[in-house]
Amino acid sequence: MRYMMFVVVDPAAAAEAEPSENDLTTDEWVADVDSRGKRIMGEVLRPVSDATTVRVSHGKVLVTDGPFTESKEWIAGFDILECDDLDEAIAIAARHPMANGGKLELRPFWTEED
Amino acid sequence: MTAAADRATADVITSAVAAERAGMVATLIRLTGDWDLAEDCVQDAIERALVRWPQEGMPRSPVGWLTTVARNRALDVLRRRRTERATLQQRAILDEIGSDGGQPAGGSDDRLRLIFTCCHPALALDSRVALTLKTVAGLSTGQIARAFLVSEPAMSQRLLRTKQKISHAAIPYRVPPDELLAERTDGVLAVLYLIFNAGYGQPEDHLAVEALRLARLLVDLMPEDDEARGLLALITFQMARRPTRFDARGDLAPMEEQDRSRWDAALIEQGVWQLRRAGRSGRRPGAYRLQARIAACHAMAATAAATDWDAIVTLYDALLAVQPSPVIALNRAIAVGFRNGYQGGLAELDALDTAALAGYYLLPAARADLLRRLGRGDEARQAYYAALCLTSDGQPEQRLLQRRLTELDFCQITPAE
Repeated sequence: MRYMMFVVVDPAAAAEAEPSENDLTTDEWVADVDSRGKRIMGEVLRPVSDATTVRVSHGKVLVTDGPFTESKEWIAGFDILECDDLDEAIAIAARHPMANGGKLELRPFWTEED
Repeated sequence: MTAAADRATADVITSAVAAERAGMVATLIRLTGDWDLAEDCVQDAIERALVRWPQEGMPRSPVGWLTTVARNRALDVLRRRRTERATLQQRAILDEIGSDGGQPAGGSDDRLRLIFTCCHPALALDSRVALTLKTVAGLSTGQIARAFLVSEPAMSQRLLRTKQKISHAAIPYRVPPDELLAERTDGVLAVLYLIFNAGYGQPEDHLAVEALRLARLLVDLMPEDDEARGLLALITFQMARRPTRFDARGDLAPMEEQDRSRWDAALIEQGVWQLRRAGRSGRRPGAYRLQARIAACHAMAATAAATDWDAIVTLYDALLAVQPSPVIALNRAIAVGFRNGYQGGLAELDALDTAALAGYYLLPAARADLLRRLGRGDEARQAYYAALCLTSDGQPEQRLLQRRLTELDFCQITPAE
């Protein structure tokens, strides 16, 4: 089962972050997940100040500066995970450095059989 | 056969079936991964039993009969689907028939898988409750919808989306592995206690009865889990007081006014036994065991005045240590009021984090109760009004507060010197 894992920056959660000695760095997390063959790919994204939103209305392309949502939270990156089930994806997400002080959203891929 | 005999037969069949239903559904879900198919086929088998058994007599193994009929029905449905997935699902059922020779055992592991999946934390809490009631307890969608005051189509949608999420997000159908078992068990207990409380606050309390059944089932399936047993003991003690919780007018009766001779002694004995059995684990008691011990103190007191408030306050201290919560702190303050005197109780209430309890009617209601006992009628009246504002119209607790106000108006109260 494939999951898109959005890495979400949340200022409210960041304020309550409790760093611990067991925290992995992003590199350690990637190395661990890659070594187990659980990650198809992943990227860090430039901040929302570099985002552009595009839509088409009445045949006109409308381009605006900024992200598609007005939210204090924003997507800082993503990873595509290949897991046996949701529990495995949850365990992998829970070890991500942004789990403490940020959020991870897991979204299953829409597969053809559905 | 007479109509009465028909009804009697139907009752026997219904209870025989109810005990086996969850296990049969659980096994078919494991084999096919298709929740709707599993429920439909088991339902179909039950309906056939209701027609056939009164005419032909009960089969030697009712569960074997039902399972065979449900499996055959599932095979029929799957054969017609002609998809690759359906072929795999058919094979899984046929393999199972091959391995148990058509003599299914009822599958306690499957029931446990079903319960843990229904209570998975990736599902919304409302959905966990609804799905547990539907598939484990076997309630109809309409019954669940009525219990939670939503329309039947809305509840049907919620159940559908929940089952879809289990399938689409690949929530595993399993008993969690050791490293997850404790936290996931906590989640299951929370769902069962929520179901209990949804029923217990109302005169029409069939959800509380379902919760008692579910807690018994869980203890059967996880006999070594002392917190599951603690929850069962807690529910059992509370159910023992069920006959007296509402007075003849259907109004909520406070515990000290309840006729203790009408408490269910057999249930109290069961609760005590469960608590003792839970204590054999040697583990330090968790939140459910501690709450059960508090309930036991009340259940075992011969009169309200004989209540061991000292023990209760000590248990609340322990409970606050494992589960800090403003509501538990409030209940502890009330217990202190009965142990140390009402004035001491008021001091405890004043020391509470009132911001955390804002909007909770029991805080002003507890203050009103202590003021009333101290003979401070005007202040009590004010506090009762404050509590009334925080309750909803027609709810049992609102009627109790109104009754207290009326009593204050009728009794001349001389302020305590």
